[in-house]
Amino acid sequence: MSALIWILGALIVMAGAGWLLRAVGQKVTNNAPKWRDMPFAVAFGYVVAAAAILAVLYAFVQAYSSDPIVANTYFYAWFVIVSFIFFAVVAWLFRLLGRAVGTAGSRKLFRQMPLTASFGIITILVYAFVAIFADFLAPFAQDAFPGAINVAPGGDPATGGDPNYLLGTDKRGGDILSRIIYGAQNTVGIAFITTLLAFFIGGTLGFLAAIGGGWIDQVLSRGIDVLMAIPSLIFSLLLMTIALVWADGNATFITVSMIIIIAVIDSTRVFRLSRAVGLGIVVMDYIEAARLRGEKFGYVMFREILPNATAPLLAEFGLRFCFVFLTIASLSFLGVGIQAPLADWGSMVRDGAPFIQNLSIINQEWVLQADEATLEMIGIDKMVRQASLPLIPAAAIALLTVAVNFVVDWMLHRSSGLKE
Amino acid sequence: MSRLLTMKDIWIEGRSDETWNPIINGVDLHLDRGEVLGLIGESGAGKSTMGLAAMGYCRDGVRISKGSVEFDGTELTTASAAVKRGLLGKRIAYVAQSAAASFNPAHKLIDQHSEAPVQHGVSSRAESSRDGMELYEKLRLPNPDTIGFRYPHQVSGGQLQRAMTAMAMACRPDLIIFDEPTTALDVTTQIEVLASIRDIVEQFGTAAIYITHDLAVVAQMADRVKVLLKGDEVETNETREMLANPQQEYTKSLWSVREFERPAKPAVSTGTTPVVSVDNVTAAYGTVNVLNEVSFDIHQGRTVAVVGESGSGKSTTARCITGLLPPKVGGISFDGATLPLSYKSRTKDQLRQVQMIYQMADTALNPRMSVGNIIARPVEFYLGLKGAEKRRRVDQLLEQIELEPSQYYDRLPSELSGGQKQRIGIARALAAEPRMIICDEVTSALDQLVAEGILRLLAELQDKLGLAYMFITHDLATVKAIADEVVVMKDGRVVEQGPKAEMFQPPHHPYTDLLLSSVPEMDPDWLTNLLAERGVDNIGDAAVDKM
Repeated sequence: MSALIWILGALIVMAGAGWLLRAVGQKVTNNAPKWRDMPFAVAFGYVVAAAAILAVLYAFVQAYSSDPIVANTYFYAWFVIVSFIFFAVVAWLFRLLGRAVGTAGSRKLFRQMPLTASFGIITILVYAFVAIFADFLAPFAQDAFPGAINVAPGGDPATGGDPNYLLGTDKRGGDILSRIIYGAQNTVGIAFITTLLAFFIGGTLGFLAAIGGGWIDQVLSRGIDVLMAIPSLIFSLLLMTIALVWADGNATFITVSMIIIIAVIDSTRVFRLSRAVGLGIVVMDYIEAARLRGEKFGYVMFREILPNATAPLLAEFGLRFCFVFLTIASLSFLGVGIQAPLADWGSMVRDGAPFIQNLSIINQEWVLQADEATLEMIGIDKMVRQASLPLIPAAAIALLTVAVNFVVDWMLHRSSGLKE
Repeated sequence: MSRLLTMKDIWIEGRSDETWNPIINGVDLHLDRGEVLGLIGESGAGKSTMGLAAMGYCRDGVRISKGSVEFDGTELTTASAAVKRGLLGKRIAYVAQSAAASFNPAHKLIDQHSEAPVQHGVSSRAESSRDGMELYEKLRLPNPDTIGFRYPHQVSGGQLQRAMTAMAMACRPDLIIFDEPTTALDVTTQIEVLASIRDIVEQFGTAAIYITHDLAVVAQMADRVKVLLKGDEVETNETREMLANPQQEYTKSLWSVREFERPAKPAVSTGTTPVVSVDNVTAAYGTVNVLNEVSFDIHQGRTVAVVGESGSGKSTTARCITGLLPPKVGGISFDGATLPLSYKSRTKDQLRQVQMIYQMADTALNPRMSVGNIIARPVEFYLGLKGAEKRRRVDQLLEQIELEPSQYYDRLPSELSGGQKQRIGIARALAAEPRMIICDEVTSALDQLVAEGILRLLAELQDKLGLAYMFITHDLATVKAIADEVVVMKDGRVVEQGPKAEMFQPPHHPYTDLLLSSVPEMDPDWLTNLLAERGVDNIGDAAVDKM
């Protein structure tokens, strides 16, 4: 209840501040059009954004606190802020580079590119690089479990870390940094293959339904409706359980069946989209002209329809990739996806999840009142550090999803702009 | 008369490719109370941009870079959003080209009518609804008391355009901007809209800016005419003076466009086999017959113009000939031999002989294919030419349509103007080396000067290659220019057919007469005379219904 009152109070204060900001702006600039025509919602948005920036700054400063518990609590936030700024600077430099070198066409592309898209592209490139060169980058092999179990991240022995394992170790003693790097290979690679397969199936059937019409469309669409009627996660969970029994411990069989199952379930969404896009194109006069010319089905599909459907399909590819990727992570989290010793971000989140409870300890009365010797004895620093363990693979998932969406947004904007 | 609107030295720019490109270059415009100004020019001349600027408004990515717009003492370019909100809809109203796209399909007409007065606090919902019905009556809409309770899709295009004019009148504005309000309408419907707009503007003493590309229409509506060309003013004058005595070369060329007319050809000798013969065709969508017992012949080297209003079955006839819509009764024969009814069962050679050119070149050309590939495809598909031979043939075709091959071969359709796109459509049809080409409203989306160029090109190609044309159009000026024979259609039936010379001479079938007399003429008194002759109750939909 008290939290609700706090939120309400903060909203009222921010609303007041927004109104004040606009009034002051109008006074100071002597009614410049920007301030004069500013809607209240925009002024409010400025205030909220400012509050958010202040909160981030607060977290950043807290990471340098002299109290080790506070500093450790904000360690992860500090890490995120620093890497965000780092990536943003790299993205900015990347765009600058693209504007300076290359052909006239590519330079123009970079000139019109927003920073978010550049950020997304550079992030995806980094992921791809890490995935491809995982064998060289990772300090330890994927199936090696070299360390003590549950070493805290940070690499500082004072907080329960080990300099050999910068991000700590998991419950089997595997190096988390290595497993994150191999996870890029497994999770991202499998998601990519699965999405491609889903697009091949869904796209072909969708265009077939759009061009064919009539009973072909009816049969395909109703069949897809049936598949879509079953909740997708539960459906894939069910099928994966069956596959696990059949596989009898064969890791390749499990991975392949997972790819096929997710691809088929996701192809239903691709089918819906490509059918809708295809129907919009099929009514165009140039399709009629091609039909009257006597063109075969394949020509109409690949030469006339597909080139005009690439923009929406590409955008959907980005989004669908994220969903597939999250589905794989969810299945792994639930224990039916990618199996150990293969590294995977979803199962890493699951493995680390129990440590989040460590955070509830530090706010307990006896901890707050305990002296330093006691705290050191129970290893409170290590417990606080470990609480952030599941956040590392989760952040890897989140960052890629955000990056892909940034790029997709940009492509959508471009394709819609081209049509004007 | 007092000055209502003064636009001084207006410069407008639009943003594309990272730079600001000029749209309007320093045009002045002024308007007195109760005056109607006609704004004419080709597409891209900046007419609509200028009309919107008169409201102090610009589309996204467009800005007024210089100049002032003063409306009744208020400077609009620097006015706050709140001040503009108080003016727009209340004292300045706008009537868009497509009423069907401008009405919200989810609300009844009368509710949309009273929205502005209620918003602006001019009157209550009940008052403005009552007022709306009165306006509907003044605009001669049928059943003025109840038509307001219909949804936009339940009334015809002409009625919708009048309802929109009524809506613009709802707050009794001082200025209305009409942006091509009759361009999308049939000639017979156009008249009633023109007549009611003129009446109501006169009655309430409203000033208006009337934007159009049709000179004959502007001659009926405007007191003064301003001609624009690529963002520059060409000339301004009183309507009568302008029509009688245009000063600039460009204006003269606009005036003379309608003079193109081909010499008549001798009648086809009896006994020759027609290229295509439509024999007693009845066709239906579902169970509704849209064509009834349609028959006509098209001979080698001749043009048959099929004329009628929208919904008369012109395009459906073309669909029957091409085999897209197999007729229920009757048949199509080519060179005396019967063609299979559906295009699916026709041979490649049969398909090659009849080609089509579409109304909208935008949707008729694949936007992702280069001009070269678009034309090369039928060359390769039908004639089996490959490599250098194919390229040579495509270059030849591009030269035939008067486009420089080296310059246009690699372009995409989006990099062409409307007229050039239509030429590519012609080249694609020619590439198949057909005997007959169906031209479906090929010039109706083009500016008059460009359209004339296309008509001349088609006529030239016909003389050179001996092609037969089926020319679908609703524009009688086009018919006059290019046809050898005319087929008039109404409600899926052929009303009258015969050689052009006969068709344009009385006596006519009453429907042909109605069509002919509904085409606006350059005479400023034409509408007044016509109304006096026919009476206000005998124009437009009402007249068509009496047939």
